[in-house]
Amino acid sequence: MSPRDIWVFVERRNGRAHPVSFELLSKANALKGELGGDLVALFVGEVGPVLKEECEAYGADEVLWISAGGAMPAPDSCEIMADLVARTARERAPSVLLAGATVFGRTFMPLVAVRLRTGLTADCTELAVDAERKLLLQTRPAFGGNILATIVCPDTKPQMATVRPHVFRMEKVKEPKAARLETALFDASPMRVAELLETIVETEEAGVAESDVVVSGGRGLGKPEGFELLATLARKLGGVVGASRGAVDLGWIRASHQVGQTGNTVNPKLYVACGISGAIQHVTGMKGSEVIVAINEDPDAPIFQIADYGIIGDLYEVIPRILEELGDGGRG
Amino acid sequence: MDILVSMKQVPDTQKVKIDPERGTLIRKGVPAIANPFDESALEVALDLKERLGGTVTVITMGIPDAECLLRDALTLGADRAVLLTDRDFAGADTLATSYALSMAIRALGGFDLLLFGKQAIDGDTAQVGPETACHLGMPVITFVSSIVSAGNGGVVVERMIEGGLEVMRSDFPVLLTIVKAPRRLRIPTLDGIIASLNVPVRRMGASDIGAQASLCGLKGSPTRVKKVFTPAVHSKIRFFEGSAEEKARGFAELLREKGIAR
Repeated sequence: MSPRDIWVFVERRNGRAHPVSFELLSKANALKGELGGDLVALFVGEVGPVLKEECEAYGADEVLWISAGGAMPAPDSCEIMADLVARTARERAPSVLLAGATVFGRTFMPLVAVRLRTGLTADCTELAVDAERKLLLQTRPAFGGNILATIVCPDTKPQMATVRPHVFRMEKVKEPKAARLETALFDASPMRVAELLETIVETEEAGVAESDVVVSGGRGLGKPEGFELLATLARKLGGVVGASRGAVDLGWIRASHQVGQTGNTVNPKLYVACGISGAIQHVTGMKGSEVIVAINEDPDAPIFQIADYGIIGDLYEVIPRILEELGDGGRG
Repeated sequence: MDILVSMKQVPDTQKVKIDPERGTLIRKGVPAIANPFDESALEVALDLKERLGGTVTVITMGIPDAECLLRDALTLGADRAVLLTDRDFAGADTLATSYALSMAIRALGGFDLLLFGKQAIDGDTAQVGPETACHLGMPVITFVSSIVSAGNGGVVVERMIEGGLEVMRSDFPVLLTIVKAPRRLRIPTLDGIIASLNVPVRRMGASDIGAQASLCGLKGSPTRVKKVFTPAVHSKIRFFEGSAEEKARGFAELLREKGIAR
């Protein structure tokens, strides 16, 4: 433990670490040399040997878990977790604190930043280091993705940032070393928090924001049944179905599938845009995808300006043939 | 039930253009609009007021011109409007913005429900809502898609999470951030416009809300913008050509190459 350490908050879901946490550990491990300090995987609640080993595989020098002493009044409360993390950070003074820009991370991190009176940069797409000043260079899109801004937090610590899932690669270290296991003990502060009554799972699959493959449809599908075809392709590729605002507005598919500025932002390995013209609001939500394939009848559709691969044609002719071509060879 | 809606005037990001040489935004001639998520929050507030009674106060922090945003809200049925405007507020990041908003909300006092858009479309940080709640020491529920019930000292809401919904409850006061609502913001009626003409927009500066100047604006902002640039231009697209079969084959080969299909 030293005041220069880099902390990555590991978000847990159903006992397992969210993949974005390993992506962040991988990136932080790459920046560690220039930034100095140790890489710490931070948890609220006890960490078992399997999870510890996973963190070691991605380069963690230390696994630090915060124990809230007695029973946690609301174990998933962002407020209580933020309180515990802020108190631990005050004691141990890390130089950097990173978390995934998930629904949880985007709520929890602002609550930590205010408690520590420090800066927080949302949804970074690149992290680098100003080695001389030991500053984290945090780059993020703004103005609907029209510009990128590099943000620094020069005078307060920790320098805090959130990063979306899939922005960084998970990279295991060649020779993992045993990480130190540390515990910080606090009693949870009494506070008024919102109470979770019920979780309604709409899909057993990953949400559109988290899937490796997204097959999206727009008004160009012409009819709501088009989404059934897209769902077949998505299943075959181990992915999920997305949609443009236009298709959601027509009532063809639920809003939770919407990709774009007023919907989900996605960064999958593969994004297939079917019958989507490519309005800037849609593009903002998906242009971080690793590979973009557009299928559209209109050769002048703006989506072709940002796609890596294009098919000009009728998706009702092309997609069934893609399914035939894949046979049983998909992931699903 | 007394509701506060926090709104922001933003440049229409669809119409923002980039100076290709400097890589900076050309804001000149770009219309200012109400942040769409804040419009959803306002509609939620007006709907609750209609059904359950109470008041709606709208607040914004910005340049004096931002008053027109508040005027529009008054024509739709908001009861009070507060414009936080002061040179000391300029250049604020999310920490300084949320500090100023929280001080104003304390000074105004007495709200049951605080509604924010989930994020503003210029910065897209989604931080000002939760940060304001934290300054005020009240619970926050983010990404709220609908109000299930309100009254009896609290609120039950649905919020969007990855792959589903959460139903959450909180006592008043509580701050909610609102995702794009299915219902669009109502349009003003003639009666509404006339009634709003007599309602003043209250202007408040840092000293009016008891805010410390050192915690406001650029001075109170721990983050600095080091550099602004335009994203790299996209490399050229490759089309799969030929018959539908050939196009499909090209696509399938790409999938195998990327390890997405065998």
